[in-house]
Amino acid sequence: MDDLLSKIAGGYNYIAYITIMMIGLYAVIAKRNLVKKIIGMSIFQTAIILFYISIGAKKGATIPILMHDHGPEAAEHAIKAADYINPLPHVLMLTAIVVAVATLGVALSLAVKVYQRYGTLEEPEIQDQINKS
Amino acid sequence: MKKLALILVLLCWGFLAFAAADFPRLGDPNSPASTHLSPYFIEKAYEDTATPNIVTAVLADYRSYDTMFETTVVFAAGVACFLLLRFYHFSEPPSHLYRHKPSGTVIQVPRGYRLKGEHTELEPIDRDWAPKDPIVEVASRILIPFIQIFALYVVVHGHHSPGGGFQGGVILGASLVLLAISRDLRTAQATLGESKNSILSALGVLIYVGVGAVTLALGSNFLDYAALAGLMGVDQVIARNLGILFVEVGVAVAVMATMFLIYRNVASAGALDEGL
Repeated sequence: MDDLLSKIAGGYNYIAYITIMMIGLYAVIAKRNLVKKIIGMSIFQTAIILFYISIGAKKGATIPILMHDHGPEAAEHAIKAADYINPLPHVLMLTAIVVAVATLGVALSLAVKVYQRYGTLEEPEIQDQINKS
Repeated sequence: MKKLALILVLLCWGFLAFAAADFPRLGDPNSPASTHLSPYFIEKAYEDTATPNIVTAVLADYRSYDTMFETTVVFAAGVACFLLLRFYHFSEPPSHLYRHKPSGTVIQVPRGYRLKGEHTELEPIDRDWAPKDPIVEVASRILIPFIQIFALYVVVHGHHSPGGGFQGGVILGASLVLLAISRDLRTAQATLGESKNSILSALGVLIYVGVGAVTLALGSNFLDYAALAGLMGVDQVIARNLGILFVEVGVAVAVMATMFLIYRNVASAGALDEGL
């Protein structure tokens, strides 16, 4: 038990992302307002992005842009993988951030459409109106 | 309901924290994610593409299929916003408001009447809320050109520094949104009309797919930029380098136009007459 707890505490960064992710999930499940649900979805996405970026980190390494790529020193510096952090999570999250903004736009336009139809963004009120008609 | 959600979320938290105990520690150079594919990217990217920024090389060359469809997703999201919100049946509001520019007086014209002839001193304004703030207007008028130049720098310098099509495209889109917020949607509409905006949005994706089609026509694999070497008279490595630049420009155009397309439709609820 003690061993497990220290193992969990060792992954403190993951605990932080899981906490952020659960805040987002709670907002999506429990909040009644559609815009608050969309905000929850965005928080959830942010946690995933942080998670991916932290996977790419390496101790003592720098950003994945090569140093000494030209000039007279170029030949003397062999490129070592341990000197640069993993570029792959960065690539994946770069596109994910832009796609997240685009899908947020779609979610907001759906919310606008719901508001135009029912005059409210509160779920119980929308449900009432659907039941009446 | 809220209590149930809380219990569910806490349960999920527990399971995930338990699972995370076996994950590699933060900054571990021997973690599975950093040992299989990424050393190849780091060591060979410069040899293959002459691009010091490995992220750009992986984004636009090794994983170019992925990036192409991400761009398509962004474009599809823009189209979805447009189809959901845009409407054309024009219902005239109860009155139109005009501002007399020199004095700041607002004139109300009832429905059915229109100001005829040349009224250069009168400008149409939004019904709900249209303050005229010279500080915001002048500050953003000075800022916007610099933001756009910076965006172009980010796009074309993506090979050597953090940047590229997505980031530069978003900055360009943000400059247009800033114009729409600081003045009004009408001004932004005059700068970049709706049809031009939609064409640009599709053009960006077309540039990307077009580069792929050209490589296919030259007898190589789809999006294998090395095939462009003969066409441009450079060696294969430089051809890959330039191929990355072409698709980055395509991505930037698509993202810029789509961001503004989404903004204009959401902000005016599809009417494109009055903004936020």
